Amino acid sequence: MTQFTRRDFLKVTTAAGALLATISLPGCRPKASAAGSALDPSVFVRINPDNTITVTIAKSEMGQGVRTSLAMLVAEELDADWSQVRVEQASFDPKYGDMGTGGSGSVRDNWKQLRESGAALRMMLVAAAAKEWGVDSKECRTENSFVVHDGKSRRAHYGSLAAAAATISIPTTIALRPKSEWKILGKDRVGIDVSDITHGRATYGLDVKVPGMLYASIERTSVFGGSVKSVDKTAALAVPGVKAVVEIPAIGNGVNVHAGVAVVATSTWAALQGRRALKVEWDGGTRAAESTDGYRSFMQAAVEKAGAEMVNKAGDPDGVLAKASTVHTATYETPFLSHATMEPMNCTASVVGDKVEVWSPTQFPGWAAEALAQALKTDIKNVQVHVTLMGGGFGRRINPDFTVEAALVSQRVNQPVKVVWTREDDLRHDFYRPCALHRVDASLGADGMPEAWRHRLSTPSIDVTYGPKPGPGWGPNEADGSGNMSYRIANRSSEYTLLESGVPRGWWRAVSTTHGVFATESMIDELATAAGKDPVEYRLALIDKYTLPQPADSKQFPFDPERLKGVLRTAAEKAGWGRTLPAGHGMGVACSFDHLGYAAEVFEVSVINDRLRIHRVVCAADSGPIVNPSGARAQIEGGIIQGLSAALKERITIAGGAVAQRNFDGYSLLRINEAPAVIEAYFVETDTEPTGLGEPSVPPVAPALANAIFKATGKRLRTLPLAITIA
Amino acid sequence: MRLTINGTEHDIEAAPEMPLLWAIRDLAGLTGTKFGCGIGQCGACTVHLDGAPVRSCSITAGAVGTKRITTIEGLAVGGQDHPVQQAWEQLNVPQCGYCQAGQLMTAAALLARKPNPTDADIDQAMVGNLCRCGTYVRIRHAVKLAAEIQAGGAK
Repeated sequence: MTQFTRRDFLKVTTAAGALLATISLPGCRPKASAAGSALDPSVFVRINPDNTITVTIAKSEMGQGVRTSLAMLVAEELDADWSQVRVEQASFDPKYGDMGTGGSGSVRDNWKQLRESGAALRMMLVAAAAKEWGVDSKECRTENSFVVHDGKSRRAHYGSLAAAAATISIPTTIALRPKSEWKILGKDRVGIDVSDITHGRATYGLDVKVPGMLYASIERTSVFGGSVKSVDKTAALAVPGVKAVVEIPAIGNGVNVHAGVAVVATSTWAALQGRRALKVEWDGGTRAAESTDGYRSFMQAAVEKAGAEMVNKAGDPDGVLAKASTVHTATYETPFLSHATMEPMNCTASVVGDKVEVWSPTQFPGWAAEALAQALKTDIKNVQVHVTLMGGGFGRRINPDFTVEAALVSQRVNQPVKVVWTREDDLRHDFYRPCALHRVDASLGADGMPEAWRHRLSTPSIDVTYGPKPGPGWGPNEADGSGNMSYRIANRSSEYTLLESGVPRGWWRAVSTTHGVFATESMIDELATAAGKDPVEYRLALIDKYTLPQPADSKQFPFDPERLKGVLRTAAEKAGWGRTLPAGHGMGVACSFDHLGYAAEVFEVSVINDRLRIHRVVCAADSGPIVNPSGARAQIEGGIIQGLSAALKERITIAGGAVAQRNFDGYSLLRINEAPAVIEAYFVETDTEPTGLGEPSVPPVAPALANAIFKATGKRLRTLPLAITIA
Repeated sequence: MRLTINGTEHDIEAAPEMPLLWAIRDLAGLTGTKFGCGIGQCGACTVHLDGAPVRSCSITAGAVGTKRITTIEGLAVGGQDHPVQQAWEQLNVPQCGYCQAGQLMTAAALLARKPNPTDADIDQAMVGNLCRCGTYVRIRHAVKLAAEIQAGGAK
């Protein structure tokens, strides 16, 4: 495939903000290795003479477990001894196809090609052994990295067959192992990097060290869109260890590097000290008066009238609402959110002439390579992007800004440089989950079921940060989780009004459903209550096929109402939904379809003396077959904890065109003592291709919790973070 | 100055006010100890000073003196994994893993002080260690398992 251009990138942010990787690599034909000793039947796997098997991982590892799950796909079909499997991280190269990691898509994207690679290689190894033993391939079997012929009592390990297998032609008909015969897939597996992690050996972006490397810290404009008016470098240059002070220009074009001044030194501390001694005068620019209060005023006014964009409409919601005797109205408000990865942004770069080499904790090495080529005015063939482990991603590391910055600094000082972001830098120069204001007006028929649902939304759309308005408008991607709800309501509309804002926006785990599902799943619960009906039964009666054109449904994995009902029923059953609870206790439910995964959650809480306790969270999820159950449960647990953190604690506010918060003392994350006592994950493994679990468990959290709090207290909380203290 | 890290003496050229974290990472070259916030709010930088857990971002290199520093690289002694390392691996605790060095160091210090911690003990001891990936539920189980391993009970 060709270079991954920004336009291609915008194309793949199609259906409702999901990062659906639509670029795929045509089948790779392995060549016999020139040296003859290591078999390389495909781009992704090789067998070494010492019988270790190296799987090349072309997706970024941010804790979602791809270095383990993708290796498992190969190992299963190859029939490999797992203890001999090693992984190698791929650097950017078009031969790997789409390396962009996000949208819960890594297992989904690689389901076919990695298993086929393993299966093809296994067939070639068998053929090689059969040839050597003078038997028919069909008489041989494989077991744990061995080819075995029972009749002749022969066995040979893969390592010894690697060279011979390289001479066998690659099979064109490949049969994959059925699920009933899985030995590796579908079984708990400890992460392949766990031992390195627990011994302090794992190398993250911030840990990279290259010869001759300097350290840099960048003083960036706090006010978004600001620029440098003047710099006094004298005091900074006098700090011991400081080698240079260089200006970094703002870069637009969707890359969004802020104007700044970099202090380059022989250690991180010296760079930080030098930065403190800098005297920079800033020009605030046109966004310096923006504030959360100003945004809220705009959004509140916007949702009181018809939206600027009609994302979708069925029937006549305005007409029905106008005639209804009772209109139920609710407004749901959510703030900007920061990704707050535990490892702050960073990148190490070495620019020598027109050659650019970076070691970047990036989720999108392709976009990074393209942005580097453009920013440094060199051919993309001169750009090398090495992908490191990263301490969390959650969508922040999609953006190439921190990679481009490092290259610009290196270019200016003619030495390799590691740019280290402080936590303050990271928190205040994020690509934020947009703030959002949802207003729903609804009316019920005589049977208590909704007749009209008019959903108005205002946000500072994510897409505005990156380029021109997509054809269908700003609204569809922002209305994921709201406009595309699956409840069958004859008269419904999804309306959108764009809020202009200088705050850079980006993709925060699950993206628009994080606020859209909060609104939808809270409102449907309010209507169920108004109708005097059980919230689970109400939803089950209404979930139906989704047929509206925008937000667009997936073509490859269209929404299946039975699967959503399936997880809802499972979660309710496992949670013991409907049983009598003591006073002050309550159960709340929410369900959603996000990034092609179905999830339903039940929260069991108590609110005693105004203090919230979360006793139990039950999640039922359906993303098809599960590759590594331990890892899958981890994604459910982690998504729930992150969703809770956002639901209860997190808020970024803007004042004077800048982020008001500084560090974790002002932007609180959920701590261990606030985590639920119990999180249970149940998987409904519908027989389909797997679709991924990185994001689906996040959206139901806030509404299920708010709905539970309502049951426990009688109070509806419609603003995030929820105004309640956790015990 | 001289810093004793994991039993080895390191001669460090640093201003005494350099946070110990950066002396360990940049000057001694031990990058297992992580930077997360710089203000003692996240716990990623946790090391032991004479066995007691400290946030190395919030103590200066100059203040250490002759105290023995233990980092994550020195938790396993004589080729023998610490019970917390064994438990973390058995229960597949880490996701991205960036916070886990700090988690392990805090947990190890807890178990040295309280070999049989209650749920409340664990939450209280570990509250200063943030995990953005959300491994808290597994961490709780792993500390309990590590206590069993330490007591010689579990495998």
